Amino acid sequence: MLKKTLALTALATVAIAGTAEARDQIRAVGSSTVYPFSTVVAENFAKTSGGKAPVIESTGTGGGFKLFCAGVGPEHPDLSNASRRIKKSELETCEKNGVKDVVEVKVGYDGIVVANSKAAKVMSVTREQVFRALAKEVPVNGQWVANPYKKWSDIDASLPAQEIEVLGPPPTSGTRDAFVELVMDAACEKLPEAKAMKDAGKEKELKGKCQSVREDGAYIEAGENDNLIVQKLDANKNSFGIFGYSFLEENADKIQGSKVDGKDPTFENISAGSYAVSRPLYVYVKKAHVGTIPGIDGFMKEFSSEKAWGEDGYLTNKGLIPMPKEERAKFAKAVAEMTVLSAGDL
Amino acid sequence: MSTAEKQMDTNTASASDIRKRKIADVVNAGLKRRYAAERRFRFYGIAAIALSLIMLVVLFVTILGNGLTAFVQTRVTMDVVVSAERIDPQGTRKREDLITGDYQGAVRDAVLALFPDVTSRKDRKDLMELFSTGAGYELQKQVMANPDLIGKTIRIEVPVASEFDMLAKGYISRTVPEAERKISDKQIAWYDALKSKGMISTGFNTTLFSAGDSRQPELAGLWGAVVGSFYTLVVTLALSFPIGVAAAIYLEEFAPKNKWTDIIEVNINNLAAVPSIVFGLLGLAVFLQFFGLPRSAPVVGGLVLMLMNLPIIIIASRAALKSVPPSIREAALGLGASKLQMIFHHVLPLAMPGMLTGTIIGMAHALGETAPLLMIGMVAFVVDIPHTPLDPSTVLPVQIYLWADSPERAFVERTSAAIIVLLGFLILMNAAAVLLRKKFERRW
Repeated sequence: MLKKTLALTALATVAIAGTAEARDQIRAVGSSTVYPFSTVVAENFAKTSGGKAPVIESTGTGGGFKLFCAGVGPEHPDLSNASRRIKKSELETCEKNGVKDVVEVKVGYDGIVVANSKAAKVMSVTREQVFRALAKEVPVNGQWVANPYKKWSDIDASLPAQEIEVLGPPPTSGTRDAFVELVMDAACEKLPEAKAMKDAGKEKELKGKCQSVREDGAYIEAGENDNLIVQKLDANKNSFGIFGYSFLEENADKIQGSKVDGKDPTFENISAGSYAVSRPLYVYVKKAHVGTIPGIDGFMKEFSSEKAWGEDGYLTNKGLIPMPKEERAKFAKAVAEMTVLSAGDL
Repeated sequence: MSTAEKQMDTNTASASDIRKRKIADVVNAGLKRRYAAERRFRFYGIAAIALSLIMLVVLFVTILGNGLTAFVQTRVTMDVVVSAERIDPQGTRKREDLITGDYQGAVRDAVLALFPDVTSRKDRKDLMELFSTGAGYELQKQVMANPDLIGKTIRIEVPVASEFDMLAKGYISRTVPEAERKISDKQIAWYDALKSKGMISTGFNTTLFSAGDSRQPELAGLWGAVVGSFYTLVVTLALSFPIGVAAAIYLEEFAPKNKWTDIIEVNINNLAAVPSIVFGLLGLAVFLQFFGLPRSAPVVGGLVLMLMNLPIIIIASRAALKSVPPSIREAALGLGASKLQMIFHHVLPLAMPGMLTGTIIGMAHALGETAPLLMIGMVAFVVDIPHTPLDPSTVLPVQIYLWADSPERAFVERTSAAIIVLLGFLILMNAAAVLLRKKFERRW
């Protein structure tokens, strides 16, 4: 008897579930860097509008676009968070699957910091020095060789005579992508040896050299959990860590950010664009869903309001670096008018 | 007997004597070594147990040390004037007007009235940072439930902002330089002023057990995840127990022993060892993409965990059926019961405790699973408490994962608190399994 009831309930659950209905709440996917900001907006939006709170998944930027571009309809997400701009190929996939109208909204900036324990000295590095410390192969006397540097002082006498030990994100992370692009790639391409390779037409090979991080133990992949990196830095004053600005802000009593190219990773420097290692954060909206899924326009309005992304907004309390005023106005307008992104803009 | 023979006889006698003595010597000499080997082995065993116990103690001590403080929350009690012009300027008292009222503004008025000497805009903003944004929502909740409160002064007790909770608990030190903490000396002075007025109190953190997820640590709770876990496990249990037991009974009692059943058996044993993420991928392909079930829903989570649990339950149930002695079966058959009657009336009741134990352990395993849920979208920020198994939700271990990755300092202790809650549920389930076994197990 009991078993019969159980089996029946089981069948009933499956049957009910089979009839997937239209959604009454927003679904967002994408970057884990934008996740902490989107979630705050979602919460505030739900509490002030009285509706259901949007469900936000942290899938990584690339994974987010894959889900976002899979099609139009309630089974596909409405928004995609991204810690880089959408790629042309991704937009093409979108169009192929019927997602023809994507609205691009830049929401702010995020800084990536190189930090160490407060117990140690503040370090001042250039991007080239970071590249030399972490690349798999570096040019020495015109020849590309496996990274010979063991200590920071081997790279430059001004740096401390301690072992190179850097904790950073794994290749699956958007922070890692951005770090490689903004630090490693940027510094590497300026090297004379790189220019020589470029002139020799070996661009692809050069990209590989510029973007490969050493695997001999000096760079330690610490997983996606940035809190863990902070704890490890606190315990070992000789090691450095790479993570998002908000973790530096939250743990300013334990760790300090290194100067990169002479600039401190402060709120002001990142906002002004003078700190080199910062990246824009985006939210992409599926315009076809606006109107069918309730609340998307309201949610985006909340996101683009001054009380959220403005200079004193609640997102800055969570570590988002706001855009300059004109840029905020531009993207607030994009939200209001739902300006569609075309492949030509990329 | 010739002398030669005699000679030989004594020779052999002495030879066997010597041999005996030699064996005794060998044994005696080896005895020490063998005892030593035994002592060594005992020592290894004790060392192994001690090591695992130490690990367990370290785990519990760190988790409890980090997490216990999260069960206490610092609150501030204040009187708020629910002014009509803030809350309901039109005076309609309608729900849709009430929801848009400026509750945060009402709280702000109350706070500024407490500190009349704080006048500059920046200082006022800093002052408001002492109070959780939850204060406005608490006020909203009370007024919405009872619109008659408008125009009256009500006393609300709300959590302080998480940074000040951290200050009260000593996680943020007052001695570090001002630039290195999130809160300023001024704010600390204001907090101390509130404290000296007796407005600060501490109490059990009910929010942790009644709220859904939030990005404000002081407003974040586990209840959404607990409900999500509950729905997920209900679906898992409702499907995997009957299917698993039916499969076990058929395979053990009815199935002919041939090549096919052998293949099935090998496959079931293999399935039990498949990494759980694989079941997540399967769930994504089958339940979401083919059947079109909703993403992030506990019903899908339950289905995926059912797949993961089935082999465990089948193996445990078969072992339980096997342990029922043949005499029971033969007696039943001998008295004229049919095979079905024999199984359902006699074998199954005796095997049930073993089956239930296996099921509970399987469910405990499912409760702690995150990897397969990642693929079906249950690793998500969900504020609303799910009301049906179709609503988006997370589960407890996912909540732990999400909190562990949050930058706010206050989530560190909440992460540990969530682990304590999850461990509590696991211990309960395992204790239930042990009790069931103790109560119903029969030894033959």
